[in-house]
Amino acid sequence: MEAAQTQWVRVHPLVVRITHWINAFAILIMVASGWRIYNASPLFPFRIPNELTLGGWLAGALQWHFAAMWLLVLNGIVYVTYGAVSGHFRRKFFPLTPGAVFHDVREALRGKLAHEDLSVYNAAQRAAYLAIILCLVVLVFSGLAIWKPVQFQEIAGIMGGYEGARFLHFGAMALLVLIVLVHVVMVILVPRTFPTMFTGRARRAS
Amino acid sequence: MKKRTMETSLANHSGALIRSIERRLFLKQSLSLGALALLSGCELTDDEDVQSVLMGMSSWNDRVQGWLFNPNKLAPEYPESAITRPFPFNAYYGEDEVRLVDGKSYKLELSGQIREKKPWTLPELYALPQTSQITRHICIEGWSAIGKWSGVRFSDFLARIGADTTAKYIGFECADDYTTSIDMATALHPQTLLTFRFADQILPPKYGFPMKLRMPTKLGFKNPKHITAMEVTNEYPGGYWEDQGYNWYSGS
Repeated sequence: MEAAQTQWVRVHPLVVRITHWINAFAILIMVASGWRIYNASPLFPFRIPNELTLGGWLAGALQWHFAAMWLLVLNGIVYVTYGAVSGHFRRKFFPLTPGAVFHDVREALRGKLAHEDLSVYNAAQRAAYLAIILCLVVLVFSGLAIWKPVQFQEIAGIMGGYEGARFLHFGAMALLVLIVLVHVVMVILVPRTFPTMFTGRARRAS
Repeated sequence: MKKRTMETSLANHSGALIRSIERRLFLKQSLSLGALALLSGCELTDDEDVQSVLMGMSSWNDRVQGWLFNPNKLAPEYPESAITRPFPFNAYYGEDEVRLVDGKSYKLELSGQIREKKPWTLPELYALPQTSQITRHICIEGWSAIGKWSGVRFSDFLARIGADTTAKYIGFECADDYTTSIDMATALHPQTLLTFRFADQILPPKYGFPMKLRMPTKLGFKNPKHITAMEVTNEYPGGYWEDQGYNWYSGS
């Protein structure tokens, strides 16, 4: 029999923890190098401060971007396959209704969203994490359209061609960065969630 | 005098302490340097190990792009109304430094695995069957522009000069000291044209007089202007930007 003083609850499976940190690393490289590439020919009347970018110059940034894309995509395939096959997505992200998302986001903004059982995502989390997955899927496909606007012209076509894909790529990046910022702020506000992404478990709330 | 005495005594009595302080300082400096390197992508990119990984990935991406290249897939073509006017000038130098090539004395030199290496004059090249295309020029910087180019289909020209199309590369040298090279599959693509006209006019100097190799399946910098010599070879020729770290294949 197990000792009853501390009860642990499994929060994150090992595959999710590993792919989460690889994903975080890959996204950091993709965004920082992508900002440098953006600066070579900005779509909007602003540039990203070079101090925040990776690569030193356009050629360096492109090397980082087209190296890290493999990490991002291969890691993403592992995560999505695991999530779909193991039932992880079904268990953790659903059911999900707009009403529940609206309710939980409002509660979170008022600082009143209870979060006792870390193994269960609230509706705001479910929506945020699904949105991140969706953003990444859009980023990968718009990225393919920009990288290969001739070979993958069918993909570029549904995005309004090469130039349309550039705007979509930027928009999905901006939304992703925004959600990740909120995500990091929430971890700072609820710090006991942080170690669970390494250990995978949390003390059961009594 | 007094200072030296002090130094000597310090050295005598606290050598170990100084060494330990120095070590600590060195460690501190290394740590700050490490943090700086992490913060500054430039330094990280300059690191030799990082650089070799990045170059290795770039070569891997060359191979992947070769596999992705479909020799029968055509780049989209556009109506005359879609042409970007004015079409942007782009080179590794400013527009005021554009090289002027003398059309009368001009000759295109051929070398490498080619049967007929006789140089070509402009009237001889203009006399070849010509075709046109209106395609999107995409710069590695991200911007794009649509232009109209006319000239001889490059695969026809290669057949005419008896080029060994089983060779891997074609390298180009240009009057502005620019160099680049392409893979044979792209050279034989039906939309790869050796062009002499832009928007139905003889190529002006800023767009590459007397000729530009136009490939809508490659990024802009792979399309050499002012070509003076070409070589068919199995030895990797590199190129002006490619040698500085830009991806060699750079296909679209």
